[in-house]
Amino acid sequence: MTAETPNKPRLFLLPLGVFSALVVLLGVGLTLNPREVPSPLIDKPAPHFELPQLHEPDKTFSEKDMLGKVWLLNVWASWCVSCRVEHPVLLDLARSNAVPIYGLNYKDRREEGVAWLRSLGDPYRLSAFDENGRVGIDYGVYGVPETYVIDKRGVIRYKQIGPVTPEIVKTKILPLVNELNRG
Amino acid sequence: MAKALALLFLLLLGSAAFGREAAPAAEDPALEKRVTALAGELRCLVCQNQTIADSNADLAVDLKNEIRKKMKQGMSEREIIDFMVARYGDFVLYRPPFKATTVMLWLGPLLLLAAGLFTLFHKLARRRAPENEPGEAERARAAQLLAAESETDKP
Repeated sequence: MTAETPNKPRLFLLPLGVFSALVVLLGVGLTLNPREVPSPLIDKPAPHFELPQLHEPDKTFSEKDMLGKVWLLNVWASWCVSCRVEHPVLLDLARSNAVPIYGLNYKDRREEGVAWLRSLGDPYRLSAFDENGRVGIDYGVYGVPETYVIDKRGVIRYKQIGPVTPEIVKTKILPLVNELNRG
Repeated sequence: MAKALALLFLLLLGSAAFGREAAPAAEDPALEKRVTALAGELRCLVCQNQTIADSNADLAVDLKNEIRKKMKQGMSEREIIDFMVARYGDFVLYRPPFKATTVMLWLGPLLLLAAGLFTLFHKLARRRAPENEPGEAERARAAQLLAAESETDKP
């Protein structure tokens, strides 16, 4: 009997302990976004593409044209609602000249894409036109907008799924771009 | 009567025509079967709890077409799965591979089961063993009481 007494209070607290652990676990789970799937493309060379440009269909754009520069590839479409939310942030970033932004106009109609940029402003040096979304598949795009930070050697260093916010620009994209530009 | 029969015939003909329309418009049923089987192994990333085979999301349709194209080019199931994983990660697989990051996913339930069974048997073993074995003195007292009881019970 005496050997059991020190064990008793601990056993009685066990369900409470398990419950608290579960609350913490589920609480953390609630703050995660299940849509943010880790991309296997991080630290891999940007997949090759060569696409006609949105505004000048007879010219092409390829990721190879950007070797030696740190740049952003932003996947967008005129039908994409979140892209409208993100757009002012990209316009601000483009105005600051911190990093060149190139667009990948994903599964869009050319005239609608052009009209969208005309009415909302164009933050892109140029946009490549991925009409059937085949390049999007190579980049693992599954929800527009998506943004890639690509370094001077053409390696993807960061991927933003969903709209870029001013906070993400400040805390993630700009520090990374500055670091990559130094290196 | 003849008119009614003709009408019935026409009505049946109509339904037969609908039936044909609903059939899958696949040129190569064997290939289509392989495409559907593989698409059933892959997660649609837009609607995460559906397979590509079940989903009608734009991306799922695109990926199904991509699978069909690759199969026509003679790529194996394995090669196509590798193609998808290279782009979308292990998350695209409904049956994730066994590796360092997925150890808990595969072994977690087994560990929980083992822990549960261990606790259960431990408890049962303790329950079977009486907690306070009566000593000699207690046994003697019990016998005495029982004897006294049976004395008074006698008519």
